[in-house]
Amino acid sequence: MSLMTGDEKHSAAATSTLDVLRVLYERVLDVSPETAGDDRRDRFLLSKGHGPMAYYAVLCSRGFFPEEWLTGWASYDSPLGYHPDRNLVPGVEIASGSLGHGLPLAVGTALGLRAQGIGARVVVLVGDAELDEGSNHEAVELAAALGLDALTVVVVDNRSSSYAVPGRIEKRFATEGWHAVTVDGRDHDVLEKALSHREIGRPNVVVAVVAVVEEKR
Amino acid sequence: MTVSSRVQFARTATDLVQTDPSVALVYAEISGQFFGDVERRHPDRVVNVGIREQLLVNVGAGMALTGMRPIVHTFGSFLVERAFEQVKLGFGHQDVGGVLVGSGGSFDIAGGGRTHQAPGDVALLDTLPGVSIHAPGTAQEVDAVLRRSVAGSGVHYVRVVEQANGQSFPYAPGRFHVVRRGAGATVVALGPVLDDVLAATEGLDATVLYASTVRPFDRRGLREVLRSSEGSSPEVVLVEPWLAGTSAHVVADALRDVPHRLLALGVGRGELRRYGTAADHIRAHGLDAAGIRRSLDEFLAPLGSCA
Repeated sequence: MSLMTGDEKHSAAATSTLDVLRVLYERVLDVSPETAGDDRRDRFLLSKGHGPMAYYAVLCSRGFFPEEWLTGWASYDSPLGYHPDRNLVPGVEIASGSLGHGLPLAVGTALGLRAQGIGARVVVLVGDAELDEGSNHEAVELAAALGLDALTVVVVDNRSSSYAVPGRIEKRFATEGWHAVTVDGRDHDVLEKALSHREIGRPNVVVAVVAVVEEKR
Repeated sequence: MTVSSRVQFARTATDLVQTDPSVALVYAEISGQFFGDVERRHPDRVVNVGIREQLLVNVGAGMALTGMRPIVHTFGSFLVERAFEQVKLGFGHQDVGGVLVGSGGSFDIAGGGRTHQAPGDVALLDTLPGVSIHAPGTAQEVDAVLRRSVAGSGVHYVRVVEQANGQSFPYAPGRFHVVRRGAGATVVALGPVLDDVLAATEGLDATVLYASTVRPFDRRGLREVLRSSEGSSPEVVLVEPWLAGTSAHVVADALRDVPHRLLALGVGRGELRRYGTAADHIRAHGLDAAGIRRSLDEFLAPLGSCA
């Protein structure tokens, strides 16, 4: 990650996701550079596209693209920008940056896989402040109504939302019918257990609480 | 028996879902009265998202990410205007395809007021690269364009409205049909305005071109007509039943080296703040035959005459 400089504004956002991303790619998701084009691969959607250094670092360490790409990131000729683009970076499932799009896209992805009889999982990472965007709540309601159990939302909660109410995130998802847990977002074993769980008939949310930071987007 | 364009859309979409397992239909309550049977038969591929238009568009895009071909439908106002960023990012920026079908257009729901009128839909979608925009003029054209768009690739917008032409033309994206040839002005009718254009140009020595596919726009066809017309009259008149001037930039580009004058007729920018019927609004925007004729006479009057 130290190879990527220039986006210090979002460095806190980047490090907040590192543990979750490592656990997902090292222990949970069934996807690799070899299966990145396979219809049956698990999908990981980084909805919170801000501060993607940790995401790039993890994809790079898993072999999705060469390490040379990391230096010079966000330059005109680099495929790696401050917000990732699925059309430029192997292994990236969606182009994100504008908040509140990844979870609705994940609902569509889960529906598309279900319609084709594909049992792969769809994991989407959102930030706690990203849940300010109302578009997420349209998706939270429908995913539960349609019983999309292939879908897991991981909320990286670094307490960056203005007007946050403690405990609200888990309660809101649970109220809509999701299987909801809140865990320590830095503990790899706890994260692995939570992110590996797949409740039958209900979508899953893991609220991964990380250190409180001052940063706002 | 002829049916309305919207009923035809529902029938064709239903047929496409039933015959092609890669086709999905995503809608947001609107037009649900047509989809009950097909939704019961194919609940995994016919999805009503409720009154959630941002979700509507991104669910379609997400299904497209898995390789399916989604038909995404609600009123044009909510599909294009409310959920515009979802169209821009979910389909455009992700670079996945789908067929967006917006009903209502500029004034089908005149009685509903401004909230249900979307004359800006074509102009908005025209800001996105590579979107094919169709304004079929009859139920038969709705059927053809929907089938071809679903079978094709990329992002398509199909504008389904009640206003209709008397005659159907074969699907020919990027090609004008020459409906009438004359030596005078060239009148370009886009979508379901052809009957009024033909009535308005009755007795004029004008060429009338028609296209239901608005983007891509037949730049070459327009140039050829202007060059070949006897006496090469340099007047071009655009008639489009959405925001006036929406296609003016395309005409200007097509004719960048051809001296011409352009009159761009369409829906005015001002808010009428009126209810009534589609016919009332068509008349108010000067898009009925008499209104188009008035504009034509004024535009084509000999220069220097002070009538």
